[in-house]
Amino acid sequence: MKLKKLLIIFSIFMFQSVSFANNNSLLIEKITKNLRCLICQGQSVYDSQSDFANSVKILVNKKLEEGNSEKEIYEYLINKYGQWVVYDPEISKKTLFLWLFPVILFVFGGLLIMRKVFIK
Amino acid sequence: MKKNIYFFILFLAIIIIFILLYKAIYQSNSYIPSLSTNNKINNFSANSLFSDNKIDIKDLSKLEKITIINIWASWCAPCRNEHKYLMKLRQHPNINLIGLNYKDDPSKAKKFIENFGNPFSKILKDPKGIISIDIGAYGVPETYIVDNKLNIIKKFIGELTSNNYEEIVNIANK
Repeated sequence: MKLKKLLIIFSIFMFQSVSFANNNSLLIEKITKNLRCLICQGQSVYDSQSDFANSVKILVNKKLEEGNSEKEIYEYLINKYGQWVVYDPEISKKTLFLWLFPVILFVFGGLLIMRKVFIK
Repeated sequence: MKKNIYFFILFLAIIIIFILLYKAIYQSNSYIPSLSTNNKINNFSANSLFSDNKIDIKDLSKLEKITIINIWASWCAPCRNEHKYLMKLRQHPNINLIGLNYKDDPSKAKKFIENFGNPFSKILKDPKGIISIDIGAYGVPETYIVDNKLNIIKKFIGELTSNNYEEIVNIANK
């Protein structure tokens, strides 16, 4: 009976750790896909096998194990390497035009189409 | 008249877009790390290459001299080329040189030092490259000049040149 209980507890812990590992590796994948490899600039850290990218992968894993959130890891790397290191730049003075320009184009285009339709 | 204004605006927009794109062709799109993004090195501890003791970087840079942290590896060819400048910098009384051995086999790193001489007062190991990322480096070789509070005074990306050597000596003489 005792052995059975022990086995159940043991298996619960086993599954928990496995699911934790899976969650972590999925999160590592997500984060590293959003990071630019600075040596091989056409690739993400996830895709690259360069020394830099491999070190970043290890670092992301370490930071997650230390309890850092995804956002904290991005902030840490932006602090070291600038906005360029992330594929999804935050809205700031420098990137405002980048974010607003498609919206302006969309609104302008929409207005042109509406005018055409209503004039007809 | 209205048509003419529309045509003019369209013409102007095309010209502006053309100029922007034309300028963009000649702009380098490769990343050049700037000092403004990261201007301080966090304290880190690493094992010494020779004694294997854990050492804190802040203890090494406490002296009233300027500290130079050079990231190097035995497998890196530019590191061999810049080694002669590091050997010369070693002679300077105001410079404390620290080596950070990047992703290297310790036995090969020791052999490199045996063959080319040891310019460093201490060599620390960075086997996974995490410390280098924490410093803000992206490869080897890289050289950082820091003050005794670990503020980065200057950084050199890639192989040191004779001009860089003179610049470092000038900073050390100040």
